[in-house]
Amino acid sequence: MAQAILFLPLLGALIAGLFGTKAFQNLGRDIDVYADHHDTHSGDHAHDDHAHDDHHGHYDGPAWPMYLTTGLLCLGAIFSWIIFWGFLHEGHDSRVELLSWITSGTLKAPWAIRLDALTAVMLVVVNTVSALVHVYSLGYMSHDEHQPRFFAYLSLFTFAMLMLVTSDNLIQMFFGWEGVGLASYLLIGFWYTRESANAAAIKAFVVNRVGDFGFALGIFGVYMVFGSVEFETIFMHAPDAVGKTMHFLGHDWDTLTTLCLLLFMGAMGKSAQFLLHTWLPDAMEGPTPVSALIHAATMVTAGVFLVARMSPLFELSPDARSLVIIVGGITAFFAATVGLVQNDIKRVIAYSTCSQLGYMFVAMGVGAYGVGIFHLFTHAFFKALLFLGAGSVIHAMSGEQDMRKMGGLAPHIRITWAMMLIGTFALTGVGIPGIGGFAGFHSKDAIIEAAFAYGSSPATFAFFLLVIAAFCTSFYSWRLAFMTFNGNTNADAETVSHIHESPPVMLIPLYVLAAGAIVAGFIFQHWFMGEGQAEFWGKALARNEILTKMEEVPVLVKWSATIAMLAGLALAYIFYIRDKTLPKRIADMNQPAYQFLLNKWYFDELYNFLFVRPAFWIGRLFWKQGDGAVIDGFGPDGVAASVGGITTQVVRLQTGYVYHYAFVMLIGLAAIISWFSFGGAH
Amino acid sequence: MIGLTHYLIVAAIIFTIGVFGIFLNRKNVIIIMMSIELILLSVNINLVAFSSYLHDLVGQIFALLILTVAAGEAAIGLAILVTYFRNRGSIAVEDINLMKG
Amino acid sequence: MAITFFFYLFSLAAIASAMLVITARNPVHSVLFLILCFFNAAGLFVLLGAEFLAMILVVVYVGAVAVLFLFVVMMLDVDFVELREGFLDYLPIGGVIGLILLVEMILLVGTWTIAPDLIAHTSTPTIGDISNTQAIGQVLYTKYVFFFQMAGLILLVAMIGAIVLTMRHKPNLKRQVIADQVARGPATAVEIKNVKSGEGLQ
Repeated sequence: MAQAILFLPLLGALIAGLFGTKAFQNLGRDIDVYADHHDTHSGDHAHDDHAHDDHHGHYDGPAWPMYLTTGLLCLGAIFSWIIFWGFLHEGHDSRVELLSWITSGTLKAPWAIRLDALTAVMLVVVNTVSALVHVYSLGYMSHDEHQPRFFAYLSLFTFAMLMLVTSDNLIQMFFGWEGVGLASYLLIGFWYTRESANAAAIKAFVVNRVGDFGFALGIFGVYMVFGSVEFETIFMHAPDAVGKTMHFLGHDWDTLTTLCLLLFMGAMGKSAQFLLHTWLPDAMEGPTPVSALIHAATMVTAGVFLVARMSPLFELSPDARSLVIIVGGITAFFAATVGLVQNDIKRVIAYSTCSQLGYMFVAMGVGAYGVGIFHLFTHAFFKALLFLGAGSVIHAMSGEQDMRKMGGLAPHIRITWAMMLIGTFALTGVGIPGIGGFAGFHSKDAIIEAAFAYGSSPATFAFFLLVIAAFCTSFYSWRLAFMTFNGNTNADAETVSHIHESPPVMLIPLYVLAAGAIVAGFIFQHWFMGEGQAEFWGKALARNEILTKMEEVPVLVKWSATIAMLAGLALAYIFYIRDKTLPKRIADMNQPAYQFLLNKWYFDELYNFLFVRPAFWIGRLFWKQGDGAVIDGFGPDGVAASVGGITTQVVRLQTGYVYHYAFVMLIGLAAIISWFSFGGAH
Repeated sequence: MIGLTHYLIVAAIIFTIGVFGIFLNRKNVIIIMMSIELILLSVNINLVAFSSYLHDLVGQIFALLILTVAAGEAAIGLAILVTYFRNRGSIAVEDINLMKG
Repeated sequence: MAITFFFYLFSLAAIASAMLVITARNPVHSVLFLILCFFNAAGLFVLLGAEFLAMILVVVYVGAVAVLFLFVVMMLDVDFVELREGFLDYLPIGGVIGLILLVEMILLVGTWTIAPDLIAHTSTPTIGDISNTQAIGQVLYTKYVFFFQMAGLILLVAMIGAIVLTMRHKPNLKRQVIADQVARGPATAVEIKNVKSGEGLQ
């Protein structure tokens, strides 16, 4: 069954990608595959009322590639729930070795499926969201002319993500890690005719490379220290490495801290943590289902998964975990503040994702691994719900993403509105402490409690940041909801006349996710962080005392998140329902602060100045001076020029008279014989 | 006593004369071809001399093959010459410089 | 002693006639000296015990190639005096290099010896009681039969080549083209005219 889960998406991706595309059908025919693409762009957009984002087109190929991939994914999702169910009751870890992959000296990397509670959770998250996104895309992408390619990429991504979560060693994990990076690149740049999409795809890829560099170094380091890349061996020998030092960059460092920080660097890149976060908002250039699947629910959580998987290592290095706490806290706070002022509906949710990932890392940092994974689990549901809901809104608005041009949509698209509200409730953590609430309430509030309970100064620092972030989360979530659905509409009449509810194929995934967003919290709390957690997680995660400490936090701390949530809601209500001029006035009053937030703390500008422009400058230097002047000058061009010059001289030697050639042959003969006679060539 | 060396020296002299003839008679293609025959003859003398002194018949077989090739070469060469003369009315090598780059 | 005498006789005559081949004013003389040179070389071959090759040289070179040269020289109406212009232009430098070459070759030949064990290890030793021609035949038709066949092919190609090059189709000569004759049908062969009575054919 595990093999089936792993390879069904790959099978679908290969079949749909290789045999379902237009290019394949036109194989051998003399047709410009992309000809109609340009035609439709020049066509009349106004009458194309099913357009989303700003992409138009129509699909006239067969439908089977889409149904095939979707069907296989649904099958995979059902299988993963069965496995997950098995772990809820009497779960036992297992390991399925598929084949031996790399064997070189002492380096052994078999290709194996590792099945424990952590994998089971991730399987459920990945396959469920992926299957729902596939179904959703059937509706959302129904007019795109490259649907088979889209579905093939989605399935390919799912396969890579499954590879990542089922890996049994770091190299296999790295394979999946890069595989999801590739799929993410392909999907962000899916509409490759758009320049901004290509730029965003490249940005995502390059920024991820920075993190992957650290990850790769971490893998090398782990192999150097433990002599193995297999998790079992690493965890077994990890306690021996405590307190030892390793030589790195000309200095002796604590072994485990260094390794953990290097691995965490990879996690930062993939999970868009502070300093390496800049690619995530730009990744919203991809189609909305992609944002839901990759940039909210699954791929970006790979970093969290990595830390959870390596938790036995991180558990032994409090210093590394302190940094994880600080980075996570800052990310949560930073992304939440930026989210306050964004106007693009997808970007708000993107920053929200970034912020929630920060929460998860704080949980990892304080050692509450189960809680972090729990938040990952619930977050997957409600963030995918929010994204798909946003997609539904965009669908209804004929591709409009700017919230300032929305408003008053609630009566037109009631179901979407309801779904978005459920998502918002779950994200902001609506619930009553001690009793229960939406999914986010259980997991997010637990993280805040854990941060307080941990007690160290970075954790306390993070606790305050998280509470502020919770307040901001509530504010921007409700701001989004109010700006989009309430008040008077700011859209033009043309758009308003086209507003329509999404087809059922898009709404059904919303229903499923909404159900998850409501109940996932209190149903699964028992296993993830409640009484059943020790039994459930087994050996998958490192154990510590944080969960018992969490029981003893003051009541005020328990209520803090809820209070912050309510405050945010109230403020959003005042700002966007009661007095709509207030936000503008406050923004005008605090212009520097507003601009600071609106420009995302000027990170893009800073990186542009620090890295991009020097890189361009160096590139141009190498190109013009190094390659153009030196290599080309002395190389191809110089040689070519001198060849021309020399040949005109040499041509004179070629008289064309036979006796000249005979004469030269004679001279050559004489020279060779002289050489043999006197040159000493024996 | 006449040894191998003597024959080789004779062959060397004839060879040199052959090569020398090529550019001494640089205008007359017929003489040039005769010079080539001389060069081939010198090679044959070499081969036969070695064959005789090493008691190995292979040298003579090779000489036979060279003779064959030389005969073919002479036939073709003279045929070209005749055709050339027919077309140009001259056999002066000075005029044959189509190989000039 | 007789062998020494004949060696010097043949070799000096060969060198002298070779010299005259390249210096003679009249190409006809050149060809005749070439024939003489070949004869002397054949004599050298006889001295070396290669009677068969000696005879072949006389038959093939003197009988065929040299006569071919003679034919061509006499057939072509060439002003050979004109061709001798500039005869001495290259003499100094050519002579110097030729001399160097000659001296070096002779030096090499003089200082050079055959490895003594090479003679013992040769593959086809001459058998004392059969003639040279017989020995060549035994080797040529067995071990080197493919080379022999190839030599035949080369001669065939040379023959065809020479014919193709020199064959000339005279433009106004009527030839029989069998294919055209076979392909001829009523449509091309017969022309039907409707002759009106009393008018005759125009």
